[in-house]
Order: sequence, then structure tokens, then C-alpha cells
Amino acid sequence: MRIINRRPSRVTALALGMVPFVATIVTYAIASHYRRLENPADKLLPSIERMGEAFWRMAAVPDRRSGDLLLWVDTFDSLWRLGTGMAVSTLLALCLGIAIGFIPHVRSTLAPYLATFSLIPPITILPILFITFGLGEVAKIALIVIGTAPVMIRSTAQAVLDIPREMIIKAETLGASVWQMITRLVLPQVLPKLITALRLGLVPAWIFLISAEAIASTTGLGYRIFLVRRYLAMDVILPYVVWITLLAFLLDRLLLLISRRAFRWHHLGSDAL
Amino acid sequence: MTTPPCKLSVKSVSKFYDGTPVLERVDLDVEAGAFCTIVGASGCGKSTFLRMLLSQEHPTRGSIQLDGNDLPEEPTPDRGIVFQKYSVFTHLTVAENLILAQEFQTSRLAGKLFGSRKQAALSDIEDLLERIGLSAAADRYPAQLSGGMQQRLAIAQALIKKPSILLLDEPFGALDPGIRLDMHELLLNLWRELGMTIFMVTHDIHEAFKLGTRLLVFDKIRHDPQAPEAFGATITYDLPLEAPEISDTAVQPDDIAETIGAGAYRNPVNNSQTNPS
Repeated sequence: MRIINRRPSRVTALALGMVPFVATIVTYAIASHYRRLENPADKLLPSIERMGEAFWRMAAVPDRRSGDLLLWVDTFDSLWRLGTGMAVSTLLALCLGIAIGFIPHVRSTLAPYLATFSLIPPITILPILFITFGLGEVAKIALIVIGTAPVMIRSTAQAVLDIPREMIIKAETLGASVWQMITRLVLPQVLPKLITALRLGLVPAWIFLISAEAIASTTGLGYRIFLVRRYLAMDVILPYVVWITLLAFLLDRLLLLISRRAFRWHHLGSDAL
Repeated sequence: MTTPPCKLSVKSVSKFYDGTPVLERVDLDVEAGAFCTIVGASGCGKSTFLRMLLSQEHPTRGSIQLDGNDLPEEPTPDRGIVFQKYSVFTHLTVAENLILAQEFQTSRLAGKLFGSRKQAALSDIEDLLERIGLSAAADRYPAQLSGGMQQRLAIAQALIKKPSILLLDEPFGALDPGIRLDMHELLLNLWRELGMTIFMVTHDIHEAFKLGTRLLVFDKIRHDPQAPEAFGATITYDLPLEAPEISDTAVQPDDIAETIGAGAYRNPVNNSQTNPS
């Protein structure tokens, strides 16, 4: 049988999916082993046990200076910034996206401005934000909003425009007002796509979060890895990177699950990644 | 012209898209309760004509009058519509699709009913569900229905507001022949019962003869081989048909098929799918 027609069973698929992960870990372990043979105090590729110990220290042993469990403080602060920023972006995407997509006059007014604004590299605005809002939380959250909202607004507006004209006409012939069309037709049709936009927006949001924390902060996952970089503490940095990746992955899956539960009709056809 | 009160009156309507004529000097008077079937080659403006009757588009020249008044500027509940696709709301179940108009009417702000009022609205449509054979599918989403079931739902939904005019844009174009016959039955019964005026665009000439009391053929009168876009189409045949299901008129389907391009007649299903215009 041709290879394109062979399909792996569930177990095989799972095993195949594990292969690259296992290969990465094994490769790392071998490289680390040989580096430490030459120099047992090597900091660049610490052993997996050392990373485990460091991670445990961050997660379970109170910091000597502040008495905090650093990993959880960092995680909480970072997720709070990320969550607040994305909540503001989502709200903006919903309000402005629907207005732009549904009402031609609003579209003519705001679409060109938005298209221009979204081309500003957000990170170039960061100094302006720090000057304006100081080095506190507002500047970091504002960076996340500025970095993600324009694209999310545009994709929401596009989702509104993608609603078949037939459905809108049909709603008109059923006697719907503009507001009723928004609540009963546009909003439900757009919400699943807004979740997709949110999932895609989270990718740059993490970048802006870590960047802002690296530049000016006293807590947060990004702050921590850039802080311990001074001591070449790879045993802390690598587990933190894995931890951030895990958080990002779980957030993404959670949103997908919410979308599947709440908008079953949207997932009835073929399903995407 | 105006001696018998006519339901709908089209007065020398022309429609241009970017200066290209699609329809030219269309005149038509339709009495209440007529079942007008509209046929014509692809791209001859049948659907454009229907969209103008719906106020989805507006004539470049001329006027359309409904009950003696100018047609409203936008779609209104007095004209129901069934499209070939996307006629029903994909995010609502069958039952929710049918109570939506009621919800729009009674809940001005949210457009949604809750609790006992929703239950009351749902029990009001039970007979209708039975009638269109969707009782068992009441809680399913349109994506879970067959094409025929979706169009039955679309027709029922379009009639909820009791429109005096029902517009159908190739409603059965994507359905199997057997299902089509059932749909014809349903449509004719509803028409006899409710007495509305129907305009139906179709690619299937036999369907047009079978269902209609009046057959309108759209075609170009003038044709410039050097510039095929130079002239628009108009109504070239306006045939009164006898009561539906008796197609014993002087002009036979095949003659009309000849004038609108035989392809449309020979392979109506394929044709209707590839030419949504």
C-alpha cells in the first residue's frame, strides 16, 4: 500500500507523537552527560536532575530574601498581566470588530486607521509606554493590548463580514432590529471565531509579556529568566521555558475546549487543529 | 394598466452594474396570489430581479410598487425569502430557528426569550414542525440535517411572519430529484393555503411549468456579438399557465429551453449548482 494511504492506529499515532519529544530529551541528556564528563561543574547543559532540583527550589522552597515561593509568584503575576491584557484586547475586538464589520460607516471611519495602527511594531511603543505610564503594571498590560488588539479587531471584523449576506437579509425579513441582529446573529456567529483569534493572539501576547518583564519588572516569569541569566543559571532558565510553554499549551487547549463545549454547532463540520 | 388592483407592479426597471446593463426596461404587473416562475440563461439577471423585489438591491432606473406604494428601501417582513444556501441560521437548532421571529417581536432588547415564555413559543411551533416533518429533528443543528430538511426549514421560517410575497431563489437547485417532488408538494399546499404571491427563480424548466401560474422568461432581446455585455436582459416571454400540475399549454418546456440555452434544460441540476447568479 502507498504510504499516503496508510493510517496509524491510535496507539501508533500516540507513540509517533512522543518520538520527537523523547528524542529531544535523550539528545540533551547525552550532550549534557559528555559535557559534565569534561567539567563536572558545567553550567551550560545542566543535568536533568539538577534542573529538577532547581525547579523544586523555585516552586517549594521559600526565597531566602523575600520568603516567597518564587515560581508561583512569578506565574501568578505573569498570568495576571497576560489575562488582563488579553481580556481588554478581547473586549476591544468584540466591540470594535462587530461595529467595523457590521456598520459600513464605522468601517469607513476606522478600518484604514486600524490597518495603519496595526503595522506599528508594538515593541517600539514600549519606551513610550514606560515614559507615559511609568514602569508599573499598566505599561506591561498596555503593551500586550497594543500588540494583540489590532489584529484581533481586524479578524473579528472579517468574521462579521464573512457571515453570509443571506443570513443577515433573512434576519431582516424576520423583523430584526440592528441591535437584535447583533445579539442573535452576529455575536453567536462571531464568538467561536473570536476564540480562535484569542488563541492566535496569545502567541504574540506571550512575547510582549516576557519582553516587558525582561526590561522593567520585579516579578514575573520573564523577569526571572532574564535575572538568573546573569549567573548563567541554565538549571533555572530551561525549566522556566518548559513551564511557560506548558502554560501556553494548557491555555490554548482550554480555549479550544470552551469553544467546543459552548459552540457545538461551529465544530460539527470538519475540525481544525 | 391600473384598472385591476395588482399586487406588484414593475415599471420600466433597468439595472446597471458599473455601467454594464443587466436588466433593461422590465415591465410587469402581477396580481395577488399568482405563482410566478422565473427562468432564463445564466447571468441574465433573474436573481438580480428577485433581489430587487426583496429590496436587497435597487433599480438603477424605473420603480417597483407593492400594493400601490413604492417598495420599502430595505428588506421587510412582508416579503419572505428562501435562498439556495445559507437560508437558515447555523448556530440555532431547528426549533430555535422557527421561534426566532417571535423572539424578535416580543423581546425588543435582547431578542431572546427565556423560561416559560420560551416554552410557550416552542409549543406554538409544534404543529409547524409536524407539518414540515421535522418534529424528530427539532433539537438538531442545520449542519446535521439533509439538504431537503434544511430547505423545508427555510421555507417554514420564511413563512412565519405570514409575508404576502414569498421569494424563492433556486430553492431546490441543490436537491435530489425525488426530494424535489416532495418539496413541490409542500410548497403548492402552503401556497394554496396561505394565498401569498410567489416569485420563484429556477433553472429547471419542468419545475417552472409544473408549479407556476405564470412563467416569466428573462432573455436578451438585442445581442451584439462584438460586445456581448452591451445590452441587458428583459422579460421576453410572459406565459399564463393553467393551474399547477397541468402543463398542457401551447408553449412546451422544450421551446422555452431552446430560447434560454439548451444546457439549462438538459442538465438542470448541474447548471443550477454552477451558476448561482
